[in-house]
Amino acid sequence: MSGALAVFRREARLALRQSADSVMVVAFFLIAVVLFPFGVGPEPNTLARIGPGVIWVAALLAAMLSMERIFQADYEDGALELLVLAPVPLELTVLAKVCVHWLTTGLPLMVATPLLAIMMNVPLDALPVILLTLALGTPILSLIGAIGAALVLGARRGGVLLSLLVLPLTIPVLIFAVGAIEADLSGLEVKAHLMLLGGLLLAAVALTPWASAAAVREAVA
Amino acid sequence: MLHRFANPTRFLRLSRRVEPWALGLMLICMVSGLYFALFASPVDYQQGHTVRIMYIHVPAAWMALFCYTAMAAASAVSLIWKHGVADVAAKATAPIGAAFTFLALVTGSLWGKPMWGTWWVWDARLTSVLVLFFLYLGYMALRSAFDDPARGAKSAAILSLVGFVNVPIIKFSVDWWNTLHQPASVMRMSGPTIHGDMLLPLFLMAGAFQLYYFWLVLVRMREALMAQRLRALRQRQAAA
Repeated sequence: MSGALAVFRREARLALRQSADSVMVVAFFLIAVVLFPFGVGPEPNTLARIGPGVIWVAALLAAMLSMERIFQADYEDGALELLVLAPVPLELTVLAKVCVHWLTTGLPLMVATPLLAIMMNVPLDALPVILLTLALGTPILSLIGAIGAALVLGARRGGVLLSLLVLPLTIPVLIFAVGAIEADLSGLEVKAHLMLLGGLLLAAVALTPWASAAAVREAVA
Repeated sequence: MLHRFANPTRFLRLSRRVEPWALGLMLICMVSGLYFALFASPVDYQQGHTVRIMYIHVPAAWMALFCYTAMAAASAVSLIWKHGVADVAAKATAPIGAAFTFLALVTGSLWGKPMWGTWWVWDARLTSVLVLFFLYLGYMALRSAFDDPARGAKSAAILSLVGFVNVPIIKFSVDWWNTLHQPASVMRMSGPTIHGDMLLPLFLMAGAFQLYYFWLVLVRMREALMAQRLRALRQRQAAA
């Protein structure tokens, strides 16, 4: 356990040193959402109708763009090999890395969301549900994205390939998250959608580290 | 049995004997299946002759799922036992599965326009089959994205196992969600709900598609194993 905490502290320290990365992710999120009023016209009802979906898709894309750096830097300078050989189980190491990735990507996205909800004219009573779906969903994106990031280590055009691989697997998260928000906006029951999202999160936490660790082992072998 | 055919030479010997039989049986099934499908089977009381698209669409969809399952199983075998021939089988299956998925989507769309009034609808079955198509494309892209083919093979094997979760989702999507796509009519706990006159051409076409896949995957595997040998020979020649 102390080994995993040591990895977590290392990752956190490295991520905080390069805090510009988090700012860039949030900036992309903001710009991607801001493009939609230019694309579909500023009519408030249209924006309110597509707002939750646009916010979620932009969060998904922003998370995907930042996914590569989970393993890439360590892979390039050989630190990943040392982590594989360390006495800490690789699955815990991967979980620690994903945790830090979420703290530096998913959490800032959640902080930026209220501003974007206002800009897309989404009714603010839906904001708690939007933030809750992001809180449950963005960790799942980081967990599934970590599998993809490990699989494309050393591949040509790894960034684009990563998106092609991971986005189909994250469609269920998007479906349930937007379903929850739409249900809340229509005054219907949100509990079912949120439970499904929570279930996906638990399944992802339990299962994805094994796949990611296998992919990392195979990348450094 | 599994480990017996990890030897490419033994496998190639067996496949060379089996291939012509597979091709012959496939042609028999295809010809008889098409005859029954296009001529000797009844029209639907609602859809008329348009129901005949079912005899291509349903077998193609079954093969799409079967090919992914076969690919995932071959990937698992190749990862667990470092089975060379299983790895070649997975690589050979991927484009065939992608083609069947594409065929299922296109024939489904052509069937949907006269029947549902729309080329496409975002219901659970169609969306999950589209995701399956992307998983096939992702597998092939990942496989070819590495300079070292062995690395690409292992990465893609892990990906195919991760994506296997989509297969039960596709199967049960019409039960779990309210879909426009009709629920299961053949593979049901209480037996098929289709009449025998329509089941016969359906199963004949399914058999034809299955045998076609079987024959084609043997041909592709033979091609891949021969290419491996050529590469090894060239390397030995260059080193000499």
